[in-house]
Amino acid sequence: MLRRRLAPYLLVLPGGLWLLLFFVVPMVTMLSLSLQEGDVVTGYVFTGHWQTYADAIVNYRTQLVRSLAYGAVTTLILIVLAFPVAYWIAFYAGRRKATYLFLLLLPFFVSFVLRTISWRQILTDDGMVLGPLKHLGLLSSSAHILGTPAAVIGGLAYNFLPFMVLPIYVALERIDPRVVEAARDLYADPATAFRKVIFPLALPGVFAGVLMTFVPASSDYVNSAVLGSSSTTMIGQVIQSQYLTSSNYPTASALSFTLMAVLLIGVFAYARALGTEDVMKVAAR
Amino acid sequence: MSHPRIPDPSLVRGLTSRRLDRRDALRMSGLAALGAALSACGVKGKGSPAASAPAADAVAKYWNGKTSNGKLTFANWPLYMDPKHPELQKFTAATGVQVKYEEVIQEMGPWFAKVQPQLAAGQDIGYDLMVITNGIQFKQFVQSGFLAPLDHSKLPNYAKNADPAYAKEAFDPGNAYTIPWTSGMTGIAYDPKKVNRPITKLADLWDPAFKGKVGMFSDTQELGNFGMLALGIDPAKSAPADWKKAAAKLKEQKQQGILRNYYDQSYVDALGKGEVWITQAWSGDIFQKNVSDGANFKFVIPEEGGTIWTDNFAIPITAKNPSDAIKLMDFFYQVDVAASLAEYINYVCPVPAAKEQIKKDAAAATGADKASMEAVAKSPLVFPTADDYARLHYYRDFATAAEQQEYQSIFEPIVLG
Repeated sequence: MLRRRLAPYLLVLPGGLWLLLFFVVPMVTMLSLSLQEGDVVTGYVFTGHWQTYADAIVNYRTQLVRSLAYGAVTTLILIVLAFPVAYWIAFYAGRRKATYLFLLLLPFFVSFVLRTISWRQILTDDGMVLGPLKHLGLLSSSAHILGTPAAVIGGLAYNFLPFMVLPIYVALERIDPRVVEAARDLYADPATAFRKVIFPLALPGVFAGVLMTFVPASSDYVNSAVLGSSSTTMIGQVIQSQYLTSSNYPTASALSFTLMAVLLIGVFAYARALGTEDVMKVAAR
Repeated sequence: MSHPRIPDPSLVRGLTSRRLDRRDALRMSGLAALGAALSACGVKGKGSPAASAPAADAVAKYWNGKTSNGKLTFANWPLYMDPKHPELQKFTAATGVQVKYEEVIQEMGPWFAKVQPQLAAGQDIGYDLMVITNGIQFKQFVQSGFLAPLDHSKLPNYAKNADPAYAKEAFDPGNAYTIPWTSGMTGIAYDPKKVNRPITKLADLWDPAFKGKVGMFSDTQELGNFGMLALGIDPAKSAPADWKKAAAKLKEQKQQGILRNYYDQSYVDALGKGEVWITQAWSGDIFQKNVSDGANFKFVIPEEGGTIWTDNFAIPITAKNPSDAIKLMDFFYQVDVAASLAEYINYVCPVPAAKEQIKKDAAAATGADKASMEAVAKSPLVFPTADDYARLHYYRDFATAAEQQEYQSIFEPIVLG
């Protein structure tokens, strides 16, 4: 009897301990760090110094806003790019679905950083794309793609594409073809059937895709570091640099928490606007 | 979705009236526990800002019982030795000590931040010898007590051959913790194929003609120094007001889109790829890039002046093989070894006698090697004259942590754009 009552707790124990050790403890440590004062030589001491948050936000608001904007633009581009791909694989790929999904994931067998660096090689100022164009006189010799917001957003979109395609694909895959047929039987033309039946049913996939791309894209620090310049600095880079160049742990932690809060608020607002309950219900089906 | 949401009356009540039940009480005690946890996780520092000279018995205490283990790992910057490592091979042949050489340092800030947690915890960082530049992090290494005090009885070649001026340098008086690897200058490098005129002054780094093609260093001291020099301010004597003026000057360069990016050691690559045409640069790198890639980049000390710095050998206090490390440090002060290093890297040689040695080497050599060695012996970048030194400025030495933090808080936001 006792064993039966304890069983659920025992089952949750490994996962719970894991979360405690690798999520709760680091979070508390980081929250503490963000409220400490001092320097790296003499050490940091907890003083409950909330001013760090205000200073960090004032100093780095540009990067914060820029990161959210890049994340949003990337997500929009991804929806536009990923929907047709997912739609095609779900409805027209037939028995080769698995092959196409595998092809989509193939680049992931190479490290994320390496792939981004290879884009740098391709897009570099006198490289294989711009070099010939400049040679032909079609571009001025100082024209460049690297170091611009376009390069960073392009890199983000490239790196996160599968995270948008897969959830949309899963949502579309679940649609019963008979529902679409019913729409057609009820005199819906293909566009209306798509608009009124397929797209709404795919929304949970889009929602999941947005979560899986917007959050990591906004906090990414690799793409801007490799493909961008000092005028495309994202908040992730600032945090990384505060931790790993300046050893300014309080500012880095305060910025991390600020970013987390902003993203959480954004995601909740978005869920609210879309009516999450419906979405979650459909997604959980 | 379109109908207005009517708030649940119980929610309104809950929001407006505050009641404490058992659950709230538990939650509050949880908060108190969180508070305790928060204040318990302070980050320990190791040192005190006052500690900059070692205690009298520190040397004996540290070196007591330390013996050779026949191996060491050496952390250095890229472009700081012939890739074939002839000097290290010679060292191994002469002493039997195996050297693992790793080019892992690209910039001082990240290097200090990387090894600081391990050193503060008293752990080995995996390196027995490292090369660190004088500046903010150098001071942090010393003040934190992260560097082994040097036993000068183990450095006979240094005593005999080093330029005595180095022992007087303000960042490490008497070379208590470090001895120089080389010195170098920060100036301007450019690609004459892209820049159709000779570059002579700092103002060229602000020239709109090179829009999007100008590189600067991301190290806040290197960057700030050039901002100040461009305004005619001597960095070593600068005050916070000067830093702000320099910051404004640097912001202008960025906002007008003249600047391409801020770089660490990767600027050499950016110059090679044509990403930048004109960039802040370290003296010897350009010489080596030209030798290794057959490029024809130019390096100049600007009319307004450049800066001079010293990269120094240091032994991390937790090193496993300090006896082998100090042996290697001294080995680089043999005249022939110093000469062979300078011939390849083209940085300022701390051994004056190496000049004659290089001339001798040149006399024995033939063809292109001969010409290159003769050029090195005459090069102001390797053996600067008094006139050259007059155009070079030293780094600002920060008296207090607060002063240094103020400096960082002015220049860091520029680098982080």
